Amino acid sequence: MSKILIVAEHLNGQLNASTAKCVTAAGKLSPEAIDILVLAADAAGIAAQAAQIAGVSRVLTVERAENAQSLSAVLAPQVAKAAAGYSHVFGPSTTFGKDLMPRVAALLGVPQVSDLMEVVDAQTFKRPVYAGNAIVTVSAPAGAIVATVRTASFPAAAEGGGASVEALSLDVALPTHTRFVELKAGKSDRPDLQTASRVVSGGRALGSADSFRIIYSLADKLGAGVGASRAAVDAGYVPNDMQVGQTGKIIAPELYIAIGISGAIQHLTGIKDAGTIVAINKDAEAPIFEIADFGLVGDLFTLVPELEAALG
Amino acid sequence: MKILVGYKRVVDYNVRIQVKPDSSGVVTEGVKLSPNPFDEIALEEALRLREKGIASEVVVATIAPADAQAHLRNGLAMGANRAIHVVTDEVVQPLTAARILLKLIEKEQPGLVLLGKQAIDDDANQTGQMLAALWDRPQATFASEIVVDGQVARVTREVDAGLETIEIDLPAVVTTDLRLNEPRFIKLPDIMKAKSKPLETIALADLGVEAAAGLTASHYAAPAKRSKGVMVKDVAELVAALKAKGLV
Ligand SMILES: Cc1cc2nc3c(=O)[nH]c(=O)nc-3n(C[C@H](O)[C@H](O)[C@H](O)COP(=O)(O)OP(=O)(O)OC[C@H]3O[C@@H](n4cnc5c(N)ncnc54)[C@H](O)[C@@H]3O)c2cc1C
Repeated sequence: MSKILIVAEHLNGQLNASTAKCVTAAGKLSPEAIDILVLAADAAGIAAQAAQIAGVSRVLTVERAENAQSLSAVLAPQVAKAAAGYSHVFGPSTTFGKDLMPRVAALLGVPQVSDLMEVVDAQTFKRPVYAGNAIVTVSAPAGAIVATVRTASFPAAAEGGGASVEALSLDVALPTHTRFVELKAGKSDRPDLQTASRVVSGGRALGSADSFRIIYSLADKLGAGVGASRAAVDAGYVPNDMQVGQTGKIIAPELYIAIGISGAIQHLTGIKDAGTIVAINKDAEAPIFEIADFGLVGDLFTLVPELEAALG
Repeated sequence: MKILVGYKRVVDYNVRIQVKPDSSGVVTEGVKLSPNPFDEIALEEALRLREKGIASEVVVATIAPADAQAHLRNGLAMGANRAIHVVTDEVVQPLTAARILLKLIEKEQPGLVLLGKQAIDDDANQTGQMLAALWDRPQATFASEIVVDGQVARVTREVDAGLETIEIDLPAVVTTDLRLNEPRFIKLPDIMKAKSKPLETIALADLGVEAAAGLTASHYAAPAKRSKGVMVKDVAELVAALKAKGLV
């Protein structure tokens, strides 16, 4: 029987929704136990949130001043130590998990399954390669199985659990060669791009940071999160954390509206699991229309304000 | 300071990937191969650090079959001083790649190792982090800015929440994100010059690296296709369609 340890992702005392998605993925193995590991300077509040996720057996906390920031060089030896006795160690396929989990796998001397999107059995999983243009079924060798979970492939586990919270003391020396300086977080009152049920994205066609305002305005009308293509980020219209795609965020909103985005493979990888895709583009031949559920050809600078007005 | 750059050859990002009819892999015969875009960014950054006088030598390394010499010449033409070709016909997975790169580190003693954050074939995003763990040195992944100041580097990282800056002691592993720089174009005279630059080949078997137990790939499939939808003629029709689906 499997015993699964999930590394909790959190920021400013808030548990990230990716953790509950990892719990759903873990549940697919019908494991004997799913435990969540919270590494923090002050773990109580985060642990309380984790304990509410249905299906979780125990929440294990490691409180150390060094855990105030998520530095993988500091966290990895602790996760590797805590992994003893577990058949699987999961983290989310977010920048947090992508940075941390391979370091854990290397310390354990095992390979990693990146972007786990489907559980076949306890050793066998599906994952995307080539920007999602092929799906490969892989089996892990004997030993602990370390994986990052593609969060867009799994809904968040429900609340209503009542896991016990236990403090863990790990005897591990931590390095001082890696130090946190600062985090410049894009402040936004809008729904989080990774969990929003509706997302409006803009591309290169917007032409400037200033023009991007019509995207925000439409998004606000819909209560949507805002995303962008790489071209729009590279051009400086919006910050990097808004990039959707192979090398940005992989998202699965119920509604995705792509505006002035051509639909390059690398962008489409990020939205394949969206419920309904709407595309607005002046080029009727744009590849985005190949995968859009609803396509509208025309000039975005006319159509977007019109759409916003039509939404009442 | 010497910089070691990982420089992988992959299927070009513009190629439309096809799964083989027998599901054993994707078609790589006859398709265009190119340097991994993130590795080109890593090499470009190394060259800029050399041009600033921070690095004295840039060494590109690849782990690939014997026919990858032209690929390495490409890296030399871009401006690397030397190249190392670890020759193997096997597909090398990230943990083994990290063990191989660690051997090269022991040999070369670089002050900085620059790798792409992921290779666009297996999209694993693991090798740099694994290498840093095995080397017991700092890692700074997804870099969009690197400032080297003596024995310390300040690296800005593209993370989900925004931009994170960390300080790391050197030597260390840094992996590159897309916005770190724009790689230069190779000019014809550079291609000529590259022909006489040193290119060392080492058979993987001679490195004394134990291959890690890896993942076994059993089946490749094309992703579930989204069916082509409908074109609407105007905004009113779009809103009606979205309303019918309960989406707005
Ligand atoms: C290794 C690698 C990784 C990458 N990762 C990503 C990634 O994660 N995410 C990503 O998005 N891209 C990524 N890319 C880049 C990708 O290949 C494309 O270059 C990018 O997605 C293009 O952005 P775009 O659609 O906004 O711009 P363009 O391709 O330039 O498209 C602009 C579109 O706007 C339309 N348009 C112009 N004016 C108007 C108007 N007035 N009204 C309506 N429509 C208009 C045009 O018809 C066109 O279709 C990656 C590339 C590489 C090589």
